[in-house]
Amino acid sequence: MKEVVNLPVKNIEEEEYHINMGPQHPSTHGVLRLVVSLQGEIVKSLKPHCGYIHRGIEKMCEKDTYPQIIHLTDRMDYLSAHINNHAVCLLVEKALEVDVPERVKYIRTIIDELNRIASHQLWWCSFGMDMGGLTCFFYGLRDREKILDIFEESFGSRLLHSYYTPGGLMMDIHPNFQKGVKAFIHYFRKKIKDYDDILTGNIIMQERTKGIGVLSREDAISYGVTGPSGRASGFSCDVRKRHPYALYDKVDFNEILGTEGDTFTRYMMRMYEMRESMNIIEQLIDNIPPGDTSAKMKAVIKLPAGEYYQRVEAARGELGVYVVSDGNKTPYRVKFRSPNFSNLSALDHISRGVKIADLVAIGGSLDYVIPDIDR
Amino acid sequence: MLELVPDAEFQENKQFLTCIIPPAKLHALAVRLAGDADLAFDFLFCLSGVDMIQYIEVVYHLESTAHRHQAVLKVRVFDRDHGAVDTVCDIWRTAEFHEREIYDLLGIRFTNHPDLRRIFLEEEWIGHPLRKDYADEINIVER
Repeated sequence: MKEVVNLPVKNIEEEEYHINMGPQHPSTHGVLRLVVSLQGEIVKSLKPHCGYIHRGIEKMCEKDTYPQIIHLTDRMDYLSAHINNHAVCLLVEKALEVDVPERVKYIRTIIDELNRIASHQLWWCSFGMDMGGLTCFFYGLRDREKILDIFEESFGSRLLHSYYTPGGLMMDIHPNFQKGVKAFIHYFRKKIKDYDDILTGNIIMQERTKGIGVLSREDAISYGVTGPSGRASGFSCDVRKRHPYALYDKVDFNEILGTEGDTFTRYMMRMYEMRESMNIIEQLIDNIPPGDTSAKMKAVIKLPAGEYYQRVEAARGELGVYVVSDGNKTPYRVKFRSPNFSNLSALDHISRGVKIADLVAIGGSLDYVIPDIDR
Repeated sequence: MLELVPDAEFQENKQFLTCIIPPAKLHALAVRLAGDADLAFDFLFCLSGVDMIQYIEVVYHLESTAHRHQAVLKVRVFDRDHGAVDTVCDIWRTAEFHEREIYDLLGIRFTNHPDLRRIFLEEEWIGHPLRKDYADEINIVER
């Protein structure tokens, strides 16, 4: 006769267990592993494991000249490649005390903002897809294509441009540039209403994001969360306002701040920012002055010995470049303060106590780009 | 402003007020800088390590969100093998990841850090790549 064994009955809900999200998980938008500690489906804590695409860009920079470094910065946050290029160019120009021509400033500001819109469009479509709306993905990519076409026409590349050089631009803009940008803004002003109709006003999306992943203002500052994610918490962190560069002190735009600090506010910040970027472009696009596309620079760029720091507002937050120079044509040490790296550090704090499905929404709203974290 | 640390050394820089302080005084000074209402350096916007060969420097870029002023703190670590600095991640939470990065790539330990592990490289990795004397014949190609 068989013996009946009474196994101890465990309440699975009370037991804590770990699961791996990633490295290959669609919602991480890259190769990031999150070790999530769960109780039932409630997130107790999580540990991000980075480094899957660590390429040692900072070490490579120590062997490269300043014009070469620009090509490496493209590969950090590839969705705001122009803005990353801009940071290095501004740093070199500041160190050498070079004044760039007005035309260059106008073009750089316009292209930075176009880049910001393109980046936010891609964020919007992937955020929609994370929440289960595949339509968003097609709508977002369709409109981003228009910007990439403008970029391709002027500089020949669609993602990694390396269009800025220390002192100016690689080449002048295409004659169709202004017409193309104006046509795009006319087009996108109509289409962004569709974005609101599809996702912003969607009650399912609102239910899933409101009050989820709340980050207070104090925590945003302490964790160094910048960009739209920081501004959603009321942290006035727009480098374009605080430490203006290019033409941002001349154009009229608003720094929009949120109060809630939840996932929905982070979403709304980016929707507002796309409209603000279009306002900035509209103020400049008709007034591009004629002139040179580059200041006179020496063939070999050597920064005087010393330390330099340059901050710019990338699409995801504040990008800082810290260069220690010993007077050679290659820098002694380069450090990139990447926005995503700091934003990621807050993920554990804000996702404690949410359900694992909401973790995907929070991750989407922080909008991390993994090559920027790993560098 | 810095009567707390009499042996601090000031550097004039075009951009920031830079102050070099001994490692032992760092934590007390950081508490003061973040807590004092007139200083209120609440935003640590960059934390980097630089290998200067004789010593390794840890550089803190600070900003006050209320008063909009900025300053730089520097700590020099002369002991390359067992060098350690007090952590500041109890004051500025963003330091937790940045200190792990410095530990990983430059090999400076941070005492009282809650979770000091390598952040990019695997735990078995030998050496700290951002040091100037780091040699890797396979992965680094000299041109």
